[in-house]
Amino acid sequence: MASISSRRLSKELMEIKNDGCPVGINLVNADDFSTWLFTIEVMGDSLYQNEKFTLQFRFDQQYPISSPAVQFVVTEGRQAPVHPHVYSNGHICASILGNEWSPVLSVIAVCVTLQSMLASCKEKHRPIDNDRYVKHAPENPKKTRFHYDGEFTV
Amino acid sequence: MSSDYEFSDNEGEYYDSDEMMDDYQNDEDEEMEGDKYNNHNHNNNNMNDDDYDYTNDDDFRIPTKSKSKSYQVEYTSLTQSLVEKSMKEEVDHVSGIFGVEPSTATLLLRHLGWNKERLIDKYMENPTQILVDSGCQVPETIPSPSSSHSVDDKSSSSSRRATRSSSKLLLLSSSITSPSRSSSAQKKISSTSDSSMTFTCPICYDDSPSLIALSLTCAHSACSGCWTAYAISKIRDEGEHCIRCMTEGCAVVAPDEFIHRVLRDDDDGKDLEGRFEELVVRGFVASNPKLKFCPYPGCTNTVSCPSAASKSVLSMLVPIVSCGARGIPSSSQNPTSTSLSTATNTSSAHTKEHIFCFGCPIESDHRPVICAVARLWMKKCEDDSETANWIKSNTKECSQCQSTIEKNGGCNHMTCKKCRYEFCWVCMGPWSEHGTAWYSCNRYDEKGGVEARDAQSRSRASLERYLHYYNRWANHEQSTKLSLDLYAKTEKKMTDMQITSSLTWIEVQFMKKAVEALEKCRETLKWTYAMGYYLGRGNEKELFEDNQRDLERAVEDLAELLEGGGVEMEKEKENVGGLRQRITDKTVYVQKRNEIMLEDTAIGFQDGRWKWNVGVDGFEEPIEDFGGVV
Repeated sequence: MASISSRRLSKELMEIKNDGCPVGINLVNADDFSTWLFTIEVMGDSLYQNEKFTLQFRFDQQYPISSPAVQFVVTEGRQAPVHPHVYSNGHICASILGNEWSPVLSVIAVCVTLQSMLASCKEKHRPIDNDRYVKHAPENPKKTRFHYDGEFTV
Repeated sequence: MSSDYEFSDNEGEYYDSDEMMDDYQNDEDEEMEGDKYNNHNHNNNNMNDDDYDYTNDDDFRIPTKSKSKSYQVEYTSLTQSLVEKSMKEEVDHVSGIFGVEPSTATLLLRHLGWNKERLIDKYMENPTQILVDSGCQVPETIPSPSSSHSVDDKSSSSSRRATRSSSKLLLLSSSITSPSRSSSAQKKISSTSDSSMTFTCPICYDDSPSLIALSLTCAHSACSGCWTAYAISKIRDEGEHCIRCMTEGCAVVAPDEFIHRVLRDDDDGKDLEGRFEELVVRGFVASNPKLKFCPYPGCTNTVSCPSAASKSVLSMLVPIVSCGARGIPSSSQNPTSTSLSTATNTSSAHTKEHIFCFGCPIESDHRPVICAVARLWMKKCEDDSETANWIKSNTKECSQCQSTIEKNGGCNHMTCKKCRYEFCWVCMGPWSEHGTAWYSCNRYDEKGGVEARDAQSRSRASLERYLHYYNRWANHEQSTKLSLDLYAKTEKKMTDMQITSSLTWIEVQFMKKAVEALEKCRETLKWTYAMGYYLGRGNEKELFEDNQRDLERAVEDLAELLEGGGVEMEKEKENVGGLRQRITDKTVYVQKRNEIMLEDTAIGFQDGRWKWNVGVDGFEEPIEDFGGVV
């Protein structure tokens, strides 16, 4: 039986192909149902003008019941955006990727949320605990238990 | 653990008043229950006046311990089904007061940690708010004009109607016409064929016509397959029984029957129905300080011990309880542990009874010492014993600066690295006095050597003291473990005895009894050393140690008789009768000494007789004692 995850992802992919991605978001790679790559730009007036980031989604068999592992790609010259909720290793502290994940959310919904997170940024700086976190961070951001408090990541 | 008690202290008043209400109820309920269970209801100790009735059901073997000794506590062992029954009583009570469906009442009670008093207060204050907070219904967004047209024609209860119409359950779907159905229709099953539009599950994006759409009161539909996968993941991976709607930001909680409905769709899910029930019961038990779940792996029993429900009483008693089950169930064990207890009844296997302390996490009988002191001791042993042992056997202290020195080779002429003091490793006296005659160390009685040893002994005494207690504690623990072997050996002896002598099966039971008594007393003895370590000096301690000595001597006598008895018996088979007499006598004596030990310490706690040499919660300041705080 095709798992829920592949069925759901194939539908999501079909929708993306039919309807296209929202402005500023482009599908780079979705060859299989385990890893997808997107590029993401912030349109209009923002601190991230003319910057382009690559976003990686990793799915397990339980997707969409369990959340995807989402992070910015920081290899091959690509950088994570300098943002108070984004660590220099690409990990993102966002509640919708953790305890507020809902199976109703989709890959595109996550992209749009992250895009607006960047767009609303007022000051470019790394999370205060960046160095400490990056040193001990697990490979998969889902293994981190973030503490979400809106203003800062702790 | 401690948080449980903090909770109980704060909320104590609520429970007290609950109890009064329950007592009143129980008087009526008891007769009904009697009828239900009277086919094997041969309990004669219906003395419990707490929340739970004890019924001697098949799977519920261990009777309520009546409080006959001052070192025992009153408690009741409950199976999961009995706890579920009392949960249901609470739910029915609330459901009756508010006029809401039992499933709604369940969610309301769970939301407030089964605190009925607080729930009633909050509900009276603002029923809509509490219904929203507990996830029974969606927050009010638009005023509902539709609620007026569908007021229940069943006008039996005005409060009921008020409740119902104030809840906006009706918003969710036009298919629900009557409010009396609305809360039970939280589980709304609408087939896609109902509507002309085809249903596409927002989770898996499946749109096949056979799809069954399910939603809670919030009307956020998803297909049954996704609901099942979601519920399984929540229950199995997160151990969560409060399962919310999958939609982002929706706080509506799925009622129990909904969960069962979706779990039944799947083979894995079916297996999890029991787990779900267990999680619900655990939540209930955890919120009630009078209850504690059996900590043994795989066991689902609960113990009710109202007399140990608050932290303050733990300085006066040691609430050792047993859930009634034995051994560790296999994975296929059914949750009621029926087969387990019956199996061990018949088999002679020496499986461990589920004895644990109601007041602290120690999973053994730590009588006579109270929880706080037992935990101090456990912590100390964890921290110190190995290190202390090594230091004691491998190092000495510089007699000038008290640095710890390990001699790892070379001659006895030591120079302290820290203070450059030169001394003799053997006699600890200053090296300068040794001269050429150092090797004889004949300066034992010289002033310098004596002083040096004094200084060292002062600083070492506390360690020595600790090890004195620790070694005896560990020895009894080890001997208790070895009693498993002794058990096997004894069993063999018992069989032999039946063959070689004229004694019958029933007559050789004395051996088994003796081993059991021995094990029990060793457990007591073990903990008396933890207690002795922390007891402040004085006449009380002397008396305590007299009791301890008497018990220990009796235990060792009996142990010797049991271990050596076999050989003796082989030699002179005609003497079995004499051996039996001696062992029986010793067993009775040991039990008596154990009784005295436990009784005396328990009374001491009640009278506040014991003084400690360390600070213990609920006691006065520690008394001055040499080497007490190490």
